[in-house]
Amino acid sequence: MNMLSEAEADSIAQTAEVTAGCYHCGLPLPSAAQWSVEIDHVERAMCCPGCQAAAQTIVDMGLTDYYRTRSAFSATADRAALIPPELLLYDFPDAQKQFDLNAESAEATLTVEGIRCAACVWLIERRLARLPGLQAINLNVATERLYVRWSKDACKPSTILQAVRDIGYAAYPYDAARHDAQLRRASRTLSRQLFVAGLSMMQVMMYAVPAYISHDGTLEADMAALMRWASLLLTIPAVCYSAFPFFQGAYASLRQRALGMDVPVALGIGAAFIGSVIAVLRGEGDVYFDSVTMFIFLLLCSRYLEMIARRKAAGALEKLQHALPASAWRMDGFPASRATVMVPAAQLVAGDFILVKPGEALAADGEIIEGTSAIDIALLTGESAALKKSPGDNLPGGAINVTQAIVVRVSTAVADSTLATLVKLIERASNAKPHIALWADKVAAWFVAGLLLFATAVFVFWQWHDAARAWPIAIAVLVVSCPCALSLATPTALAAATDRLVRQGVLIVQPHVLEILYRTTHIVFDKTGTLTVGKPALQNLQTLSAATHSDCLRIAAALEASNAHPLAQAIIAAHEAATPVLPAFLATEVSYQAGRGLEGDVAGIRYRLGNALFVAELAGPHRDDHRADEMRSGMSAVYLASSGTWLARFDLADALRDDAQQVVAHFRKMGKELILLSGDQQDVAQHVAAELGIREAYGACLPEQKLAFVQKLQQHGAIVAMVGDGVNDAAVLRAADVSFAMGSGAALAQTHADTVLLSPHLAAISDTADVAIQTMRVIRQNLVWASCYNLIAIPAAAMGWINPLLSGVGMSLSSAVVVINALRLRRIPNRQTKVAALAPAAFGTHDEAVSQRT
Amino acid sequence: MEALYLLVPLSVAVVFGAIWLFFKASDSGQFDDLKGPAERLLQDDDRPGQ
Repeated sequence: MNMLSEAEADSIAQTAEVTAGCYHCGLPLPSAAQWSVEIDHVERAMCCPGCQAAAQTIVDMGLTDYYRTRSAFSATADRAALIPPELLLYDFPDAQKQFDLNAESAEATLTVEGIRCAACVWLIERRLARLPGLQAINLNVATERLYVRWSKDACKPSTILQAVRDIGYAAYPYDAARHDAQLRRASRTLSRQLFVAGLSMMQVMMYAVPAYISHDGTLEADMAALMRWASLLLTIPAVCYSAFPFFQGAYASLRQRALGMDVPVALGIGAAFIGSVIAVLRGEGDVYFDSVTMFIFLLLCSRYLEMIARRKAAGALEKLQHALPASAWRMDGFPASRATVMVPAAQLVAGDFILVKPGEALAADGEIIEGTSAIDIALLTGESAALKKSPGDNLPGGAINVTQAIVVRVSTAVADSTLATLVKLIERASNAKPHIALWADKVAAWFVAGLLLFATAVFVFWQWHDAARAWPIAIAVLVVSCPCALSLATPTALAAATDRLVRQGVLIVQPHVLEILYRTTHIVFDKTGTLTVGKPALQNLQTLSAATHSDCLRIAAALEASNAHPLAQAIIAAHEAATPVLPAFLATEVSYQAGRGLEGDVAGIRYRLGNALFVAELAGPHRDDHRADEMRSGMSAVYLASSGTWLARFDLADALRDDAQQVVAHFRKMGKELILLSGDQQDVAQHVAAELGIREAYGACLPEQKLAFVQKLQQHGAIVAMVGDGVNDAAVLRAADVSFAMGSGAALAQTHADTVLLSPHLAAISDTADVAIQTMRVIRQNLVWASCYNLIAIPAAAMGWINPLLSGVGMSLSSAVVVINALRLRRIPNRQTKVAALAPAAFGTHDEAVSQRT
Repeated sequence: MEALYLLVPLSVAVVFGAIWLFFKASDSGQFDDLKGPAERLLQDDDRPGQ
């Protein structure tokens, strides 16, 4: 086996050399990459400082074996994510207390991201084993949890987190109190119940076979009795232990004066078991132990599938929530001193001064006191472009500071911030959730009530007609009908579909999604981050002089090389994505003027890149006819000029997702009404809608307006699906009948959406819609089959025509058909790869270049 | 066929034994991580950590 993994590792090493990708993570190397690490006496190129640091640590620790044995590339060691200042928070005495085990040692469960192969497990455990004071390490690969126990004197929590992060894995404390213990206990109990039911089913079936195959009289009475007693003994654990949740559920629903699906299940199991026990004791009559155990086993199977799918969804959501800032740099002595202290965000009060570095998110609402920077508030307003903010401007918490460090005076405590207000809005919307979901329960209750009445009627009839047969026949009705097929029909199909969608990167958080999505009439899209990538991209490069297209791009990219502004990033991305690869220029003496542009020398010539006014100071006045048009269509224009000559105009706009067109077309073909609601300007929304072929578009919508719009649609009988991104969408996501949140978006929106898309492809939504249709088809087939079966079997049982063999075989056959039919949904069709290949190539590479940089 | 009078009760006992074994293994956490141990096995570490 070791040989095999070495061979694999070799092939990876070769791939890395051939494609000239990063040796650590395998991503393509940026054109100006100057990072490398010497591994096994060979200088290996790295794509970023993060990967370099991780690789260097691995080499320095003497863990180079990792590269020899790994069978997959490591996760990219994104520097910003790797060394978050929050780590220090865990060293505070208050914070440390949560880890305490006893006087000497402490323990913690950490979530580790980026485990790709066996070598990762080895690497993490080796690295931690060398930390002084560490007492126990246990890495659970399946759940990506790392358990550590350490001595409090010799080690600090942040040291452990830092050690894991040093070698390129993101780790953070896992809030065990919230989910873990409870979830793990539930999963362990269910797997035990399943095991007991399965074992007991197989063995009981074995004892039942002789009775089925023997003709009358060939099976000795003693032997038959022995088999029955053995079956009885083995059915007891299945009924008392494995079927316990059904009895519990039935009791709970009866206490609420409702008839849930658990009631006939519990009644069927109970009646069949008690009837069989009586038959065994009396030594005559039919026994149904095989039916009982098989029924319990099949039902538990579907519950188990469902639980696994849920757990995967919950784990992924928990990871996403860590995107919100938990700490802030407070400047206690400001303005006299500039010293900063790291504090938990919850401790901030109005009047505190905090330092927000570039790339960090604001922990609370506040006013800028010092510094001018581009601020990205897409999370709250849905506006795509970062805005220039200067002292005196108010910023909402959650806004991301893009370019320069700023000092902010906190205006409200975290609990009263804009974000918190939005959360309240979400809660209000959640109370107004439509009651469609209750419909299914009502139908089930009626069926159950009808079945119970019928069984009673049959019992009464036979009591009067032939009292000796009344009890077995009533049981036969309950067992044969045993809503087995009916109660399996929906949950197995839903569980299979959910499982398949999870594998495709779609997390279904609420169980009603597939049912409702199928009947959806209106689909409402948000614009920024949903139909568009949410970041500007170069749409058009117009040369204004004799200079070539590629020269202009190279000069502009050189000037912007060290600029973090989103527009600059877009130009750099366009340069890197250009084919054939353009060699980079180097710009010198670059100076940046906030809100205007930048100036610098490339190959001895002075250039300016920025807005028209700024560039005109160097190049002289220029009349641009197209300018008015671009303003209308939502583009931002950036100009490049040298002294006296206008060279080029770069048109930048939020790029559409490469599959947006295809998804819109798909839904239109399905006959759904498509609507675009955006926080952006009306003309921008209109432009995007026109490009995609969406007829209705409404711009400049506040969260309240979006909510009101969706509620109005619902009042007119529409079933609304909402696809959104960003906290401003959270309320409307909650109010919509079914909602999707894009996984790359705001964490809050995701927790309030019914469905989370982890993949950056919008096509996942049309896939989900397809799965919803298939699922409903399968459910309908299952229900039709189950109804037909019940229509024939129940009267037959009521007439007393069904013997144990037929009833057992019929029951298992009907449930097997239902389960197998449902399992068809787990298969992922190959269609998807074809669709991906068909996407316009140029657009695709562009999009990728942008997403890789982020 | 008389053997069955011994074998059937024996099989019942075996099933209960299997259930007991499974519970024990489940309590010891053997089924918590079904992937990790298989992968750890591949990483033979010749040089123990310092």
